[in-house]
Amino acid sequence: MKIGVFICHCGSNIAGTVDTAQVARTALEFPDVAFATDTMYACSEPGQEAIVQAIKDHGLDGVVVSSCTPLMHEPTFRRTVERAGLNRFMFEMANIREHVSWIGKDTEANTRKAAELTRMAVEKLRRNMPLFAKQFEVNKRVLVVGGGVAGIQAALDCADGGREVVLVERESTIGGKMAKLDKTFPTVDCSSCVLGPKMVDVAQHPKITVHALSEIEDVKGFVGNFEIAIRRKAAYVDWAKCTGCGLCMEKCPSRKSLDRFNEGVGTTTAINIPFPQAIPKKAVIDPAFCLKLTKDKCGVCAKICPTQAIDFKQQEALFTEQVGAVIAATGYDLFDISKYGEYGAGKLPDVITGLQYERLLSASGPTGGHVQRPSDGREPKTVVFVQCVGSRDKSVDRPYCSGFCCMYTAKQVILTRDHIPDSTSYVFYMDIRAPGKMYDEFTRRAMEEYGARYVRGRVAMIYPKGDKYVVRGADTLMGTQVEVEADLVVLAAGAEASQGAGKLAEKLRISYDKYGFFLESHPKLRPVETNTAGVYLAGSCQGPKDIPASVAQGSAAAAKVLALFSKDKLENDPMIAAVDIRRCVGCGKCIQVCPFKAIKEVDFRGEPKAEVIETVCQGCGLCTATCPQGAIQLAHFTDNQILAEVNALCLA
Amino acid sequence: MDVIDIHASCDGDFIAAVEAESGQQIAECYQCGNCTAGCPFTFAFDIPVSQVMRLLQAGQKKRLLTCKSIWLCATCESCTTRCPNNIDVARIMDVLRHMARREGYASERGVKIFWDAFLDSVEKHGRSFELGILTTYIAKTGRFWPDMGLGPKILPKGKLGFRPHEIQGQKQIARIFDKFRQEQRS
Repeated sequence: MKIGVFICHCGSNIAGTVDTAQVARTALEFPDVAFATDTMYACSEPGQEAIVQAIKDHGLDGVVVSSCTPLMHEPTFRRTVERAGLNRFMFEMANIREHVSWIGKDTEANTRKAAELTRMAVEKLRRNMPLFAKQFEVNKRVLVVGGGVAGIQAALDCADGGREVVLVERESTIGGKMAKLDKTFPTVDCSSCVLGPKMVDVAQHPKITVHALSEIEDVKGFVGNFEIAIRRKAAYVDWAKCTGCGLCMEKCPSRKSLDRFNEGVGTTTAINIPFPQAIPKKAVIDPAFCLKLTKDKCGVCAKICPTQAIDFKQQEALFTEQVGAVIAATGYDLFDISKYGEYGAGKLPDVITGLQYERLLSASGPTGGHVQRPSDGREPKTVVFVQCVGSRDKSVDRPYCSGFCCMYTAKQVILTRDHIPDSTSYVFYMDIRAPGKMYDEFTRRAMEEYGARYVRGRVAMIYPKGDKYVVRGADTLMGTQVEVEADLVVLAAGAEASQGAGKLAEKLRISYDKYGFFLESHPKLRPVETNTAGVYLAGSCQGPKDIPASVAQGSAAAAKVLALFSKDKLENDPMIAAVDIRRCVGCGKCIQVCPFKAIKEVDFRGEPKAEVIETVCQGCGLCTATCPQGAIQLAHFTDNQILAEVNALCLA
Repeated sequence: MDVIDIHASCDGDFIAAVEAESGQQIAECYQCGNCTAGCPFTFAFDIPVSQVMRLLQAGQKKRLLTCKSIWLCATCESCTTRCPNNIDVARIMDVLRHMARREGYASERGVKIFWDAFLDSVEKHGRSFELGILTTYIAKTGRFWPDMGLGPKILPKGKLGFRPHEIQGQKQIARIFDKFRQEQRS
């Protein structure tokens, strides 16, 4: 074997503290090394050409480049050696920048270490084998999980791109949080007027199938070939028959049911359609409040329903969908304000969340758009808004900024003035974060034109006094303690990861941060990809986001899916595990540890043996470390290769 | 300091009066603090000018009209020049000083006496008569010693006349004062 070694200067990044010429001279003495040189920038065009030329001139079989991290340029140099006619896996990289020159100033020691790392790479390369990718078919259907505005946008864009879309939504209607909003900032246009048509588009699009009231049960397979098990909860209504006429809602006697769509402001009927624009517009029975289901009485809806759609015996259903890609768009949930006991949150009736206030403002809300106190229905004259409730607060484990609360609060004070012209709004804030287009102008307008009184400082406590609430806080700009007697207090509850987000992430085999938000592949350069091929992110499931950003991400994720589906066949990564059946004893330990369900048990002449499903294996190497027989080996990282590297290091 | 009830204690009429008299919109102030940052008199102020603006937004009339800062402001207009929202802060300080005077507050008595002595002198003579101003100021404040050292220096230079200079149009100047008083009464 003839190996070529290239020691990169990386300008002065490496050459500053490593004698690269000396490393090249040392490398010439390593076994099988036929050519060694130092080079200014190996990754530059002339640098790459020099490698190609050396391969041709010296008839090299493999190349080692000692330079930066392989995360940066391994793909670059693999393409380089491929251009010169070598297999792309006949290449090794030694990191003498991050691991050597950037962390030490002693040139002599650095030069020695750089040579040792280069020797390791050479010893590994001596045992490398050419590897070849396999091709497989792509199922060009996409699953979108979550029917909020991000999921809706992603679904519409994929469908408009000609791909079949399966949209799964946990609630009985799509629309998500945006459907609950009265108006949207900074234009103060009606939320449902903007979102409604998009929801109708989803319902009418021939390429979109909506599964509402459904959740992801299980995910099998891999990019291009996922098998998704979906669990549909019982609606107790046959949706094939239900016309959404709403007659059942009029007659249902159980009128004290929790109104989830209205965030618990007011009550609803046990059988209900959440809101007039619901998609699909179908009735659902809440089994916790239905008299028939709890006490086996009533059943009036079944009698009145003109299409006999009511089915009290309906069961959950489990079914599967085959798709090639998944977009997770599961959104966020509101922070539980009752964690702020000092605000009386969850106990005082007129201390509510921003989203509850949206329902009070909304013309389709429980009060018909008249702002009324939940306690006594009186119109509030003094409204206090408190920002950062469950945001930027380490004491409740929410150190992050939720991003949109400053803006929705500014919108709410503007709307409050519109609804009740003789009212006064106070906003307690720490900072005003309004970095979007026309956002800061919007918050200034709330103050300058709508007379909102902004007070810089946090609120320490809220307590009832007569039929009012004393809000005690600080005005740090005046440098004093302040109080306001409020009729209504609106807490700008922050965003947190959607309930069950972690479990879904585990099913999709994607990572999530300590707060439950899904992790993107790269925070700047791969914002909608995940580290699992074929799984993409859109909207607030990745981190708190406002509507424009969620929509943009929905479209971005759709673009990624369409790009993936533009290929008829995908290539797998050949660095995967393989079983030597002569050594395998069929103990099954590898099957247990594999996080990707990529190993199955097969029968080989009456004996159990492990077999790797090549297209599913992600090459993590857990099985190779577990196998007591050394029977399962990861291509390109075999035990022999790793031991050769260790030996090279010990030899030095 | 007591807890301020920012709703009950906010004097909306006061804010409106200051806005009308100064021609400035108080809500435009976003409390960046640039006025205080550039003010050469912050060392002597009891309330820094940016906090004067904040108290004004909160309608804290008494606190403002009794403060010393509005009397110590020299109207150098650094604040006005530097305000990113183009608020004429110095004008607001001026308006507050006028209001304080009208409502009988003068927390820096010496400053008020000095200005009164100066205006009396201009009304009487058509221009300032330094020795006269000095005499009135010293007589009313009893502050004799602080300016003693200046006498020997400026007397030989003829900077401190013993008799007021007569000017043309003395009567016209006196009429300005009359007109001002008439306007004040009406």
